[in-house]
Parts: sequence; structure tokens; C-alpha cells
Amino acid sequence: MADKVKLYDIPEEEFLLPGNRMCSGCGLSLIYRTALKALGPNTIITVPASCLTVLHGMQGFTSVDKISVLNTPFATVAASASGIEAALEAMGKDDKVTCVAFAGDGGTTDIGIQGLSGAAERKTNFIYACYDNEAYMNTGVQRSGSTPYGSITTTTPIYGKTEHKKNMPKILEAHDIPYVATSCAAYPLDIYAKFKRAKEIKGTKYIHILSPCPPGWGFSTKDTIKIGKLAVETGFWPLYEIENGKFLLSNPSKRLLDPAKRKPIELYLSVQKRFKRLSNEQIEEYKRYINQSWEYIKSKNITTQFL
Amino acid sequence: MVEKKDYEIILASVQKPVVGEAGKTGSWSRFKPKIDLEKCLVVKMNKDVCHFCWLYCPEPIISRTIPPKINYEYCKGCGICAEVCPPKAIKMVEESEL
Amino acid sequence: MTSVEEYQIMTGNHAAANACKGARVQVVAAYPITPQSPVVEKISFFIENGELNARMVRVESEQSALTACVAASATGVRVYTATSSHGLLLMYEILCWAAGNRLPIVMNIAMRSVGAPWSVWTDHQDAFTVRDTGWIQMFCEDNQEIYDTNLQAYRIAEDPSVYVPTFVNYDGYILSHTSMLVKLEPQKKIDEFLPPLKHHLNLGDMNIVKGVCPVTTPHIVKREEGTAPGYYEFRYSLQRSIEHSINKVKEVHDLFAEKFGRSYGNGIYKTYRAEDAEMYIFAVGSVASESRLVIDKLREKGIKIGLISLKLFRPFPTKYLRELFKDAKLIVVFDRDIGYGYEGILCYELKSALYQSKNRPFIKGYIVGLGGRDIITSDLIEGVYRAINLGKKNEYSEQTEFIGLKLDELDFLQKEVK
Repeated sequence: MADKVKLYDIPEEEFLLPGNRMCSGCGLSLIYRTALKALGPNTIITVPASCLTVLHGMQGFTSVDKISVLNTPFATVAASASGIEAALEAMGKDDKVTCVAFAGDGGTTDIGIQGLSGAAERKTNFIYACYDNEAYMNTGVQRSGSTPYGSITTTTPIYGKTEHKKNMPKILEAHDIPYVATSCAAYPLDIYAKFKRAKEIKGTKYIHILSPCPPGWGFSTKDTIKIGKLAVETGFWPLYEIENGKFLLSNPSKRLLDPAKRKPIELYLSVQKRFKRLSNEQIEEYKRYINQSWEYIKSKNITTQFL
Repeated sequence: MVEKKDYEIILASVQKPVVGEAGKTGSWSRFKPKIDLEKCLVVKMNKDVCHFCWLYCPEPIISRTIPPKINYEYCKGCGICAEVCPPKAIKMVEESEL
Repeated sequence: MTSVEEYQIMTGNHAAANACKGARVQVVAAYPITPQSPVVEKISFFIENGELNARMVRVESEQSALTACVAASATGVRVYTATSSHGLLLMYEILCWAAGNRLPIVMNIAMRSVGAPWSVWTDHQDAFTVRDTGWIQMFCEDNQEIYDTNLQAYRIAEDPSVYVPTFVNYDGYILSHTSMLVKLEPQKKIDEFLPPLKHHLNLGDMNIVKGVCPVTTPHIVKREEGTAPGYYEFRYSLQRSIEHSINKVKEVHDLFAEKFGRSYGNGIYKTYRAEDAEMYIFAVGSVASESRLVIDKLREKGIKIGLISLKLFRPFPTKYLRELFKDAKLIVVFDRDIGYGYEGILCYELKSALYQSKNRPFIKGYIVGLGGRDIITSDLIEGVYRAINLGKKNEYSEQTEFIGLKLDELDFLQKEVK
């Protein structure tokens, strides 16, 4: 499991350069800035078409320092990582260089799921990081498999999405990989700790990070941290790790096993324009959904205690 | 030494790291964070005890120093630092008031 | 003189696998598809029994297969894959990506028809469909040629003046599953011919970090730190390199011939009884092999006809073909493929190449053997005769003609007509 990290444990060295193309207040920007500090140099990252492609900059110049990056078409990031890892093994460098696939929710839960499932099944030695901004943000906020229930997107413009989001970490858990973790942009210490831990483990590691998106979700750029924290504190987005089958709730989510400790979901939903059309029934559905997902976590937690 | 043809030199599209790849992103917002040094915890205690502004900034533009320094040339003015600052030492102000 | 003992009996697929072993490929990623699968099975065997020191990525789709090859190549190793038909089409996006990144990947296509309806049998539709993806493309007629061309392909693709991925194509079943004598070369000799890969990207070299293949613009980017080419410059460079590669293809073929004593025409096309020919059959792969019999029969009748079996299809050897056909009266093109709504692809490529010739020959194209339909020598002969008559009258038919159709045997069709 990830070690406890304090603010001053995080290196000052930066891998993301100032003056990049990310939107003001971008959750991904903070995730990436933090994750790269944990990964350090000697890392090759492969990136599918996504906001992260934009972060990496255009034509000849990049905003990412000291790390090599290979862009790859939308569906193929996990296969790309498989190729990099195979080549590193062939070169005898797989112990020295960390191979990372970093993709958005569309590239992970939708078009990229086949490649990811294949790479995980093959026990490919790499970290797969999914930053989840819950829609196709780079193409203009279209609905993805990871878009939450009731969310207005440009392809669900009137009624909002009629299904809940796909539970990707659960799908990866079913692949019996050594490390699955969830995190959130509002918790950089948690992000750092989990990437650090993932780097130490051999095999397929999956980290799914919720990434609040000011323009896509409809909130002010200053509120990225606030919204991310509400996602966790309401119990909508539980933070946990599963290492070799052992389940552990991360600190920010630990106390939320008790439903009374969870903040009302309305606090999270009401501050984002994408949820402006939610009816009372839909909010009730949200409460049911959150309770149900915590029942699952409870069952995991109890099983693990007896392991 | 045989001279290389243009097509032998232009191969794959590769990038090198630069600061300001997207230009001077400091121009994206008229509002900028201003640190009130009298309230800032690390200044007040002259110790590494906070630096939330450095931690939560999505950009690498606030230094983990005493006092923290903000790179206004590239600060996009999102306002996150002002929100997360425990003693509320950071205010978003018009650029002219810096 | 070589003795019979130096030869082994093997299928085309196994000849391809042996070439991979000879080339010391470092990463192989492939997905099973008929009729390519035995290549990968054989390579897996080589790897598992220690004959080949390579990593095999047993991916879950062809798109992933080529992506893994692209990424491994960009990381800096020699890679290989093979596929057929639908597998190749599932790779289409990544074919463009491989060429755009100038990765010296070598791929075998065990050529097969494309559905619907399903057909696993040979034709050249799959290979011709991907002709505009920016790869070099070569065709083979026998299993030795598959082995030899694969070895040459690495040397061509990896040449610093080329850096273009390369297809080596052979007919499904007709070569892929047919056993022939193949001479395998000693490793030392292959190593002398094929030096280790020197990659221009080498992501695995962490001393030089870089981003590869970002978003480009229609423009050139100029900054204090330097200038960067736009999308347009990359397209130009790819085209020039492929155009230029024809010299390398020829050079490498000649070097190979010198070292190993086997040659395939001039490396660009092969000829058969074409020295004094006034008319020609123009074809690739299995159709070219079949046409050799046609030439013999027609020569017996005193017709001065020869075969041009095209080996190099991309870059299309326009200059060579113009010179070759400068005095030709008639060319019959047999296409085992079709550009729907137009005609056989090889036929219109040839027509386009000869358009600027001083004395343009009469060119007659036929479709033959789609989906593995047997190509009957007598049918081809009849086609040639018909072409000769049409040529005399300079008469073009609007409709694309199919040789070997059996519409007359379809009883329901006969009833309808009655």
C-alpha cells in the first residue's frame, strides 16, 4: 500500500513547464504535475488523443521536461505501452525505465478498453493512469461511458445522461492485477503516494483519477479543488487502493463508511452547471447509487480484514 | 561527408521542451493572486509549514520558498491558490494592483 | 554448386518466420488470422525454444499488434508483424501512424480477400487497399522469394535515407500454405548483410528525451528555440523518401544477389520470355506465376509475348515501366483485385504510369480469381486473344471484364432468364 506522504515529501523539481496549453484551473494539469514528480526521470509515457495531447504541446515543442513521450491513436494507448515495455525488455532496460500509459476516460472506458484489458491480462509491466474528466472534453464535452448520471453534455443536451458512469476500477480489479487505485485531483498527496507505490510494483498497475474540469462541468476555475473534495466527501468518488487483492480505503474516504459522515450529494451536484436539470427523483437515484457503491466497498473492506 | 537531403532530415515529428509553449499564459486573465505576507503562514513562522499554494497550483509557477514567489508571466489566474490558502493570505486582484 | 541438402521444404509462412529469425527481430506482435497464423506460431516456437531472442506480444487485436510494433520500433528495436485481410484493415489507422513516424517496420501480408461475404481464400484486395498508407510494398512469387525479400526489406526500411515501413506480400494458401524448397542462409552471412538497426527515434535512450508525434499545424512554427516543420513538410518528406527508396530497393537487391547468389529480375520487376516481346502480360504474385504457363502456350503459337511480374508496387516504378514498355504494342493486365466502380487497381496504376509515354500501348485489364477462384490457363489465353483483337481495333470496353465467372452454371439464374 502507498506510504503516507506529507507535503514536504514531494520533490520541488518540476517536470511540467510553465506556459502550457492547459485550461486555467485544469484538474488534469495538477494531476499530471504531481504524478510526474512521483514517476521522475527515466520514464516513457504514451498518450492517446486527449486533453493530455494538448498539454504536451504542438509541433516541435513541448511543455513536458525530462520525460519521453510517444503519442498514439485514440484506441491504442495500452497496446502502445505493451510495445514500449517489450522493447525495453529486449534492450534490457525494463528495470531502469518506467513505462506509463496516461489516458482520458474516453480513451480508457470506451475506445481503449479492449487494449487495456488485453495489456492487463498479459500482465504487462506498466502503469496505466486514467484521468477522468467524465466526458470527451478535448472534442467539446460529449458523453462518454464515464459521464455520470444526469450530466448534461453536448450529446446529451436536454435530458442529461440516462445511465450511471462505468465503474472502470472495478473492471480492472476483475483482471486480478497487483495494484488498482482511485484518486482525485483535489488530493495531490494521495496522487503522489499512489504513483510512487505503483512505480515500485511489477506488473500492471491501474490508477483512476477523477479530474474536475471547469469548462466541461460548469464551475469557476478557482473551485477545482473544492469540487474534487466534494466528490470524495459526499461519497460519490471513494478513494481506495487494492494491492494484491487487499482492499484499503484511503484516508479521505475512510470515515465515509459511516453514511452519516458523508456530506449530502446535493452539495456536489448543485455547484456544477452540468447537473442543473437534475430532478428530485434523479437526486434520490444518486443517493441510492452512492449507498449501493458503498455496500460494495463495505463488503470488500470486511473481506480484506480477514485476509 | 555526404550531404543529407531534406527528406533525410525531416523524419518523425519530435518535440523539445520549452517554457511558454503556449506563449505568455499570464495574459489569459486580468486577475492575479497577491500574497499578503503578513498573513502568509510560512512567512509568519519563517518555516516550511504550509505551501498549499505551491501544492495545489495546477501549474509549476509558485515556488516552495519563503516567501512563496509567483511567476506572473505564466500564471493563468485560476484562483485556486487563493481558495486553498489556510489563512486566506492570497487575494485575486486586478493586475494593476499587484 | 549448391547441393540439395542445403535446402529445406517449408511453407511460405515458415519461410517468412525463418527470415524473421535470420533478421534477429527483437519484438514481434501479432494476432492470429487465416492464412497468416502459422508465421506467428512458428516465430513463437523459435522464441520458446531459444532459437530467437525476441519478445512476443500476444495482443488481443491487429490494431494492438501494429500499435505494439510502432511503439517498440519507436523505442528503438527491430520489429515484425504479419497479417491478412480483415486484420490488415483493422490496422489501417496504425499503418498511417507507422509511416508518419517513419518507423522501419517490416510486415508480411499473406494476401486474402476481404468480406463480406466471408472468404479466407487468396486475392490481392487487402494489399492493394492499403497502398496509400505510406509503406513500401513488394510482392513475391515463391517461398524462397519471401525469405529473401523479407531480409532485404529490413535493410531497405532501415536505411537512413529511407526509414519507411515495408510490406512484403505473398498469396494466401498458394504460397502461405504450400511447401517448396527454400534455402536458409547461415546467420553469420545474414549478419554481414543486415547490420544492427540504427533508429532515428530511440525513445529507449533516456539521455535524449523527446516527445514524438504531437499535434502539428498547417504552418511552420518559429520560436526563439528554433523552427519546426508543419504537417505539410512531413507529407512531402515521406513522399520523397518513398520515391527515393526505389534506388535503395534496387541497390539492396543487387547487394543481396551478389552475396547470396539469388536475384529477382532487377529487384523491381521480373521478366519471363520478354526479350523480343511485342506484347506483355502484367501481373503480380500468384497471377504472375500462373501467367508463365500462358506465355509458354502463346509462344508455342508464335505470339511474341512476355511476362512482366511486378515486384515493387510502392513506390510505383513509373520510370522503369515507361522505359520497359516504350515499344510495347499491347499489355494485358490481370488483376486479382478490383477498384470498385472503376477497374483492376494494377491496370489503372499502369495506365496512369504510361500516360506520358510517346507510344502508348493498348492496355486491356481483366479481373481474375477473386476470393481464390481458380485461375485457368486456358481462360487467360482466351483473354489475351480477345485483347489482341480489341487492340487491333483500338476498342475499349466500358465494362470491367471478369475472367472465370460461372454465371451460366447458376440454375436459378437460368430459370429467371427463361
